[in-house]
Amino acid sequence: MDYDLTEEQQAIVETARSIAQNKIKQVRAHYDQTEEYPWEVIEEMRKADLFGVYIPTEYGGLGGGAFELVLAVEELSKGCAGIALALAGTALGAYPIMLYGTEEQKKKYLPDLASGKRLGAFTITEAEAGSDATATKATARLEGDQYVLNGTKVYCTNGKAAEIYSLFFSTNPSRGARGISAFIVEKGTPGFEFGRKEEKMGIRASPTYQLDFKDCRIPKENLLGREGGGLLVAQATFDVSRPGVAAQALGIAQGALDEAFAYARTRRQFGQPVISFQAMQHKLANMAIEIEAARALLYQTAKLITRGGKDRWTKESAMCKCFCSDVAMRVTVEAVQMCGGIGYMRDFPVEKYMRDAKITQIYEGTNEIQRNEIAMMMIKEAAREGKK
Amino acid sequence: MHIIVCIKQTPATANVQIDPKTGTLKREGMAAAINPFDEYAIEEAAAIKERVPGSTVSVVTMGPPQAEEALREAVARGCDDAYHVTDRAFAGADTWATSYTLQMAIRKIAEVKKPFDLIICGKQTNDGDTGHVGPGIAAWLDIPNAAYVGKVEDVKEGLLRVRRMMEDGYDVLELPTPCLISVVKEINTPRIASLKGKLNAKKAVIPKWNADDIKADKSKIGLGGSPTIVSKSYNPPPRKGGEKIDGATAEEKAKKLVARLREMKLI
Repeated sequence: MDYDLTEEQQAIVETARSIAQNKIKQVRAHYDQTEEYPWEVIEEMRKADLFGVYIPTEYGGLGGGAFELVLAVEELSKGCAGIALALAGTALGAYPIMLYGTEEQKKKYLPDLASGKRLGAFTITEAEAGSDATATKATARLEGDQYVLNGTKVYCTNGKAAEIYSLFFSTNPSRGARGISAFIVEKGTPGFEFGRKEEKMGIRASPTYQLDFKDCRIPKENLLGREGGGLLVAQATFDVSRPGVAAQALGIAQGALDEAFAYARTRRQFGQPVISFQAMQHKLANMAIEIEAARALLYQTAKLITRGGKDRWTKESAMCKCFCSDVAMRVTVEAVQMCGGIGYMRDFPVEKYMRDAKITQIYEGTNEIQRNEIAMMMIKEAAREGKK
Repeated sequence: MHIIVCIKQTPATANVQIDPKTGTLKREGMAAAINPFDEYAIEEAAAIKERVPGSTVSVVTMGPPQAEEALREAVARGCDDAYHVTDRAFAGADTWATSYTLQMAIRKIAEVKKPFDLIICGKQTNDGDTGHVGPGIAAWLDIPNAAYVGKVEDVKEGLLRVRRMMEDGYDVLELPTPCLISVVKEINTPRIASLKGKLNAKKAVIPKWNADDIKADKSKIGLGGSPTIVSKSYNPPPRKGGEKIDGATAEEKAKKLVARLREMKLI
């Protein structure tokens, strides 16, 4: 389907595709197996300027927006969704700074994130505060011109590899949700240590770490937004970042379809290619329909976000994330089925897509939470309409 | 440091077909791309530019109007300025006339931009396959040259240290600049063109120079200026499949193989 991409957007697609097909596919099994960090691929992404596609030119980026990020992440994820997280996870760390950072904060951090010189990360999650971020226990206490951080954050994507972290601490535990504040924390700050590294089902090329804070002192200027406004920072970030997860899911789905289709065209049984069987053809068609519908929803949403004109995109971005990740799960399960026995094997790439797909239904808000938010927005909109 | 890279746009395949009637290469309808060996030359220039502060890379090609695409691709991959030498009078040039023409263009680049320190070529093209043009340019310009360079070990003011790949190892050569090297594919892994590079490439203004612009001697260019005469060229006959030695065990196969080789009086 032709989505009327501009020349710049076409260049982003071609560049990311070239990296996925020529630099990622060859090494993805290795990084999936070893869970090592793919610095060699990160270097290629840096040299190709991919880290800057969504960042304004005045901060060293290429001046695109959410749509450009979506295009890059989708192509990279066709190769490996874990490796694509180097970019998508960095964007998740950069968005709070782009949305709520002061001019000084933007000037200090965005150029390095745009060039990929330093990677970014974002974590709100704690052991007891997952979907319910209001249960945040980690604290930030103002002492003179510094905040003192204490506590533990978990499941930090790009953990240890990243150097700039957008994190959430409670500055006033008695105020619950209204006591949470967002901060920029740099790797290497004394008192900021990396705890356990998680061993995961999928996206294994992407490191997931526990972050431990013990009397970690950061400058007061590293507060993002206002004190107590952290939850708003997180929600506004998710509004624009969830299409990134959707893009990752879409790339996984398309990558799995491409592999399974190619295999079904060459695999012969009963004297003919298995793709000649209607059972296979219908699977193929259903996968293609779902993927194209998901892409249309995602691209349109990302284009609207890039264009701007509205403060919040909660409903639309939740729809993208939810639908694309559900499609990714269904498509990858079918892709394994289309390949039969070999589809289940580790030396064939299709099972990895299925393992990688699962996380997209879970992180940046489970799909259950997405549905809650979509319904909540619909009810609010209806109530507003009713008042008129 | 001013580096000049010489490139050629060639068919985007190693299986170039020859027209049996005319004996020339069939180019019509073929997708064109930068000669693969030249991609290593561009990458090496871009890598040296990153290593040596204040460096600039120029890229030049002699070719028909569509060769401009190859120059834009070279800009996307890190070259700063591109120059297109194009004139019907250049058509049909052999390696002697081509190297003459390119060196005249290089003299002009040195004049309009600044004197060059290093010229980098791919070791050969995938259509002509001669490997003459790089060393030919060096001869015309009367500068040192090293062919088959597999590594640039050091770049210093006025000196280049390189490895020249030989059949039985490599030579380490030091060349005073300005000099010319032609590079083999082992020298590097060409990068994927950067997005900023691609956007620059779209905007790049590429001068087009004809024979008069580069002050070329008309008796030395194109088919007329080429001393080489291609009397005949043809596609090599396809290789026949080899002989297969069957046997139940490795031992049996080995015995049969030895017997067959003896029969053929090869051992």
